Amino acid sequence: MVYNLPEELRYAKTDEWLRIEGDTATIGITDYAQDMLNDIVYFELPEVGEDYGPDDNFGMVESVKAASDLYAHIQGTVTAVNEQLEDEPEIVNADPYDKGWIIQMSIEDASNLDALMNAAEYAAYLETR
Amino acid sequence: MKALEPTLYDKSVPDRKGITLPELDVPLSEMDAALLRDDLALPELGELQVVRHFTRLSQLNHAIDLDLYPLGSCTMKYNPRLNEDVARLPGLAALHPLTDDEGSQGALALMFQLQDWLAELSGMTAVSLQPAAGAQGELAGILMIRAYHQQRGDTQRDIVLVPNSAHGTNPATVTMAGYRAVELPSDENGDVDLNALRAACNDQVAGMMITVPSTLGLFEAHVLEVVEAVHNCGGLMYMDGANMNALMGVVKPAELGFDVMHYNLHKTMSTPHGGGGPGSGPVAVNEKLAPFLPGPIVVVDEGADEDEEAPRYSLQMPEHSIGRLKAFHGNFGMHIRAFAYMSIYGASGLHEVSKHAVLNANYIRANLADTYLIPYPRMCAHECVISGQIRGAEEVHALDISKRLMDYGFHPPTNYFPLIVPEALMIEPTESEDKATLDRFIDAMKEIAREAREEPDLLLTAPHRMPVKRLDEVKAAKELVLCCKPALPPSAAAGN
Amino acid sequence: MSYIPHTEAERQEMLAAIGIQSMEAMFDAVPAALRFPTLDLPEPQSQLEVTEIMTALAESNESAADFALFRGAGAYHHFIPPIVNHLIQRGEFLTAYTPYQPEMTQGTLQATYEYQSMMCALTGMDAANASHYDGATSLAEAVTMTRALARGRRNKVILSPNIHPQYRAVVRTYHQGGSVRIDGDDGAVERNDHQGLLALLDEDTAMLAVAYPNFFGEIEPIAAYAEAAHSVGALFVVVANPTALALLKSPGELGADIVVGDGQPLGVPLSFGGPYLGYFATKQKYVRRIAGRIIGETEDADGRLAYVMTLRPREQDIRREKATSNICTNQGLMSLAACVYLAALGKHGLRQVATLCYQKAHYAARKLQELPSYQVNQSSPFFHEFVLICPRPVREINEALIEHGIIGGYDLGKDFPEMADHMLVCCTEMNRKEEIDEFVERLAEVGA
Repeated sequence: MVYNLPEELRYAKTDEWLRIEGDTATIGITDYAQDMLNDIVYFELPEVGEDYGPDDNFGMVESVKAASDLYAHIQGTVTAVNEQLEDEPEIVNADPYDKGWIIQMSIEDASNLDALMNAAEYAAYLETR
Repeated sequence: MKALEPTLYDKSVPDRKGITLPELDVPLSEMDAALLRDDLALPELGELQVVRHFTRLSQLNHAIDLDLYPLGSCTMKYNPRLNEDVARLPGLAALHPLTDDEGSQGALALMFQLQDWLAELSGMTAVSLQPAAGAQGELAGILMIRAYHQQRGDTQRDIVLVPNSAHGTNPATVTMAGYRAVELPSDENGDVDLNALRAACNDQVAGMMITVPSTLGLFEAHVLEVVEAVHNCGGLMYMDGANMNALMGVVKPAELGFDVMHYNLHKTMSTPHGGGGPGSGPVAVNEKLAPFLPGPIVVVDEGADEDEEAPRYSLQMPEHSIGRLKAFHGNFGMHIRAFAYMSIYGASGLHEVSKHAVLNANYIRANLADTYLIPYPRMCAHECVISGQIRGAEEVHALDISKRLMDYGFHPPTNYFPLIVPEALMIEPTESEDKATLDRFIDAMKEIAREAREEPDLLLTAPHRMPVKRLDEVKAAKELVLCCKPALPPSAAAGN
Repeated sequence: MSYIPHTEAERQEMLAAIGIQSMEAMFDAVPAALRFPTLDLPEPQSQLEVTEIMTALAESNESAADFALFRGAGAYHHFIPPIVNHLIQRGEFLTAYTPYQPEMTQGTLQATYEYQSMMCALTGMDAANASHYDGATSLAEAVTMTRALARGRRNKVILSPNIHPQYRAVVRTYHQGGSVRIDGDDGAVERNDHQGLLALLDEDTAMLAVAYPNFFGEIEPIAAYAEAAHSVGALFVVVANPTALALLKSPGELGADIVVGDGQPLGVPLSFGGPYLGYFATKQKYVRRIAGRIIGETEDADGRLAYVMTLRPREQDIRREKATSNICTNQGLMSLAACVYLAALGKHGLRQVATLCYQKAHYAARKLQELPSYQVNQSSPFFHEFVLICPRPVREINEALIEHGIIGGYDLGKDFPEMADHMLVCCTEMNRKEEIDEFVERLAEVGA
């Protein structure tokens, strides 16, 4: 199985991606994650203004088969939440990197990003699973 | 949408009366209107309509009473009707749980006997009948292990080892009890990987939970080494007794070295599964853990007059009890049924139960070995695990085989568990089934394997002979319609 | 052997098919020294003998079958229409298991869905699960759920001291390994100090739980509690008696977020304390955090209406160590009994049951209040239970009553040492007027 893994994103072992633009990170789940989950039926999402640390889970994604915690991987405050996911969670299956973004957070500590993988590293990591 | 059977609310007619009660025979007291509700959205049906409704619904179910129900790890054996009748004797069914000990000696004697028998069967010292189900028994067991370590001041222990073949309740229980679950791999024979176990054993380990025989339906080849490794690092051993139907008179868990275990009376002791419960999950412990048992338990009063013929029983909280797990004294109705079942069999009979349960499972295993992949091809215990991957029919999955089995009149085996076997089908026939029934099942499984290769669509779109076809589970999970609309409060109903 | 069908000839054929000579050969993997131990259990008995033994045990008990019962305290003696037992004993219900395979378990699934619906109607909630073990464990699961909803940010749980003492004990058992702090009961505030209880609410509070009616039978100001809990962002949990809800304002109407309780009064026999069922109902917005089984509506491949277990992914078999509860069974047969009971009585019948309970308890209270040496606690309105302050220890009074075929009220001194002369009296539709009159008369004698 070949997964779509855009070059410009950072990846986490828990299958989130982060798009870094200035001091803002957009967070979603990878093509691999949406494929494993299959039909996504629900997102539990945080409120704008809530603070999270790198190891905190900020929400949950649920399919018929599985429920997974979502991790922030960075220290920061939630600045936006994709409200479209409340009614149409399935858009993450169709378009995990664009319309299917989950939250945006401010980046308070850029060093958090060092622990993340690039696309090639994540692809290699997927091979091991 | 067309329904198989309209709901009670669909059938409700305003002002139709069901069963009525006697007229008020005392002078009327005023009621404060401010406390009262305006409406009560319950259905309104006549008695015959209710009888027909539930009778029709019952006919949409598969049940042990209809045919084989080989759901692995659930022990779907015959539920004797004697048990049902004795549980409904008025002196038991109409006994209030807070009756004084003097007025409940019969019930307490029954519970005491059952505690005693379950202790003997396991080789353990003491038993509490409190847990309402196996999962509660597990929670009790791990909380007792925790209390034991804490009382000794051994407070750094914070992990519980669990094999990767374990039932999901084991790791969930560990988390509930405030510990961390550490998963251990299995070796190529399906046993606990001893090297990995020994590497994981240290002074952080509070204990280990394993199922005997394992969830793969196998007698662990080196169970004594597993127990020894955990004991050597100061941990205690928990035995998940879900598979006790293979062990009666075969081996006593306490003699294998286990410190605590639970029974599932609804599996091993034939109490009915009732469409999902009630269960009953007594815990049995050795001397180390006896003071921590959940309570109350039934004891014989020490102070009673020794000249009296019958002992006097009372309820008592063990000295360092982890507390109560439910209100009152456990699922007493299930204790009655288990007591009746054990009385019927006695020691020799219970041993025969286990032997025949194992015989039936091995008979199925031996007869399916040419048709299906058996991941661990050795003598099995009371259940056998096969793989639903059929050579020459790659698009067919365990789920499709399961659905097709329904068309042959059988309930499917447990599927996709244990997780470490791809496409697992776990078959537990129990001792209740005769050879002819097993032969019909074996023939069906062979025929399905043929169909999988020659007419795979038959499987992929199965079942074909059930009241409904495969269901849209995504729709159910997304739309979450969980309640008949007329039952909803007006505010919520308006919002829908 | 009673329930094993094998003949000797079949056994031999089966052993041959397996390729072994003896039954014992199947157990070679069990350590030889420990294999086939002696079991010190009684000899097998016939069905007739077991019936005789059990009948003797049953008849030695003092049950509501032979005695007039004025005891409740969490378990209630009600009339159970015969169709309840007849229908739940149908083998298709009795001997089925969890509806993992919906195509062959639509009966259990639809009945459970209807049970959920009627519990919503009673509680004023939007969703109910397929049941927990009992009312006490439902409350313990509510603690887990409200803490999960607060994502670990709120660590305090306030339990009213007027909740059933055994329920409060179960919450403590369940949560002894966790970080939750339980406040409000066990002497934290006085029993009737409503303001003191509310003063404990703060930003760290995940939930406030109160009982309706409470353990002492009283109807407390539920709406005021709800408002106070919500004002600090805590969830409000009500432990309710389902029979009372046929008359009283629903907890949903009064502001509850979660309603739990024991469904035993709905068609389940006393049976010395179990099996009962814990009902659990909440608002639609919290429904994905409910532990245990829940049934939803869907359709099959042909577009036919059907039912299925839903919200499975958060359960222990899938989430394993990340699941918040290890529950897997529900009290299936008991929730079916409750479902048949509610259908059989319907809206009119259940109201009638509740009205009879209320009226008879109030009649008893009025008569007892007339006795010079007794005093009825009248500080709050009550439903079908009330506290009677007696001139002697309740234990002594009950010993005297039993001689007259009466099981008196619950001795509150067993749970509250300072209440040794306080009796919790319960009346239901099962107590005829003559029975109540005799109860009052005998109490007058004992108290004189």
